[in-house]
Amino acid sequence: MDASFFAAAVVAGTPLLFATLGEIITEKAGNLNLGVEGMMLMGAVIGFFVGLMTNSPILALFGAAIAGGMGASIFAFLTVSLRANQVVSGLALTIFGAGFSSFMGNKLIGQVVPVNIKDFFKPVHIPLLSDIPFLGQIFFQHDVFVYFGFISVIALGFYLYSTRKGLNLRAVGENAAAADASGINIGLYKYIHIVLGGILCGLGGAYLSLVYIPAWQDNVVAGRGWIAVALVIFASWNPYKAIFGAFLFGGMDIIGFRIQRLDIHISQYLIDMLPYVATIVALILGTNKNRKENHPPKDLGVPYFREER
Amino acid sequence: MKKLLRISIILLLVSALILTGCGGAPDTSDDVADVPSVKVGFIYIGPIGDLGYTYAHDQGRLYLEEELGVETIYQENVEESQQAVETAVRNMVDQGATVIFGTSFGYMEPMAQLSSEFPEVSFMHCSGYMMTDNMGNYFGAMEEARYLSGIVAGMKTETNEIGYVAAFPIPEVIRGINAFALGAQSVNPDAVVNVTWTNTWYDPAKEKEAAKALLDQGADVIAQHQDTTGPQIAAAEKGATAIGYNSDTSEMAPDSFMTAPIWNWGPYYVDQVQKVIDGTWEPESYYGGMADAEIVALAPLTALAPEGAQEVVDEAKDLIIDGSLNVFTGPIYDQDGEIKVEEGQVLTLDELLSMEWFVQGVLGNIE
Repeated sequence: MDASFFAAAVVAGTPLLFATLGEIITEKAGNLNLGVEGMMLMGAVIGFFVGLMTNSPILALFGAAIAGGMGASIFAFLTVSLRANQVVSGLALTIFGAGFSSFMGNKLIGQVVPVNIKDFFKPVHIPLLSDIPFLGQIFFQHDVFVYFGFISVIALGFYLYSTRKGLNLRAVGENAAAADASGINIGLYKYIHIVLGGILCGLGGAYLSLVYIPAWQDNVVAGRGWIAVALVIFASWNPYKAIFGAFLFGGMDIIGFRIQRLDIHISQYLIDMLPYVATIVALILGTNKNRKENHPPKDLGVPYFREER
Repeated sequence: MKKLLRISIILLLVSALILTGCGGAPDTSDDVADVPSVKVGFIYIGPIGDLGYTYAHDQGRLYLEEELGVETIYQENVEESQQAVETAVRNMVDQGATVIFGTSFGYMEPMAQLSSEFPEVSFMHCSGYMMTDNMGNYFGAMEEARYLSGIVAGMKTETNEIGYVAAFPIPEVIRGINAFALGAQSVNPDAVVNVTWTNTWYDPAKEKEAAKALLDQGADVIAQHQDTTGPQIAAAEKGATAIGYNSDTSEMAPDSFMTAPIWNWGPYYVDQVQKVIDGTWEPESYYGGMADAEIVALAPLTALAPEGAQEVVDEAKDLIIDGSLNVFTGPIYDQDGEIKVEEGQVLTLDELLSMEWFVQGVLGNIE
């Protein structure tokens, strides 16, 4: 196992990281959005489409973010305003997103990302940091999107744990009635953070279509949205653990290809199971320790009716 | 007022969902003057947009529409399960389909069962072996084109290591890898083929990652038995070259694509459907090689292919077509150096269809 493997794990984990952060922020607001896969696909196709039309990487990212946000706002409307069942709404969003991306992408098949967008996402070596032996190659010789992921983790962690607004958000997810009593606008908080979560998911999808692949093929996400949902549990709703988990899951996704050469006879099927096994183990450990911060937000999945208090 | 707004938004969302659902609505060509009264259904394992296996079948469908002017319908992403296949077939028969092509191995048994229920429908199943009174099967001798692509890779490689991103350890894939390796060794005896399994037919990112692992291990040419261009893109990023699969993807991966063994289903579909129209159709078991049909071919070599490869490929191709070159002619040794095919012997079709061993010079395990 050399540094190139770990560097590849970071790249493979980046789309997972964005989607996981998006889902964390959504679940912290008390809403379980299973539409991650759908929002990622919407972000992937719109990001690609805008990039192809405008030749601008920044606009492409904006397009992806808006597409993910739009998907999430459908979910928000259904679950916050109409108080529909969150699981069903999320699944519907996944199906919708898959259809939407196939429909939109129909004409994009075979297209390749324009050269100047490819150049924009070329690996950039961060001065000094990239010279650190081993770690430098793993973390600081990537494209800007990966660094943006690092920054997002820190920003989200700071927001959740060190700001008043973050505290309010956690209160909404833990006990909406109590938060409402203390004067927090529940609906607004839920809307904003669900949409924000969708934006991050859309960006995760765009990483796949614009940087990782970078060409249009149908269903580029291929189930990563579901891994992200598992990752949220694995990371126990903590963005700092999420970055560790995302790179770990990214590594598990690709480790099989590297082991096969080493003459260790492990079935690829077993390796494909690893992320899910890890999630189950994390769940068991989390419940065993019975520590508060390992628990899901208490009001997760429960629609909030003010009159029901 | 608020209620009205709510209702109208719900209606909007619902209609958006329904409209997206109709995205894959089939094309119809009503404007053809003399439309034969045959409707042809195609059941696909993946999305048409894979630019790979399903795309190749769909090109065949479009060719069929163009040549015969028949109406076609299709369904993408049909799982290899009893229920999914049954739903798809019943759907198509309800819509009036009288010819149904099922394009994936796992459709075989459900299709065979359904064929007795719909005796008036002609079923054709790709890549299987079962036959009924109204179901035939068809496939192409892809190993011939694989062998030719192996020649290109064997001449190109400088590290003498060729990476091969492969989907599942099943006879079809193994056969392709062996033919490819034999082709490479025919021009470069030192060439080894390093195989990595992905356990997926379709995951662009994962396939790319598998190719990257092979490139990191020292391969400088990447071949694939996968349905996306992921491996070719990985090769381009590392300055290596690639052999594609399924269809000519030189425009999608211009910096690495040398050639590809490709499927060309159109002529066979036209032939079969024409027979149905004429009323002369009989179920058959068809395994077409380069000699008697154009089902398998090698995509035109690009400028990245090694110098002189065209001549060597053409020579081998002529020998295959006139029957004097069989890809699996002895002596062939397996990975452990034991002789599997004696000098002068060739493998039978049954042995090919159940192949579960690698030839010498292939690195990898079959589990």
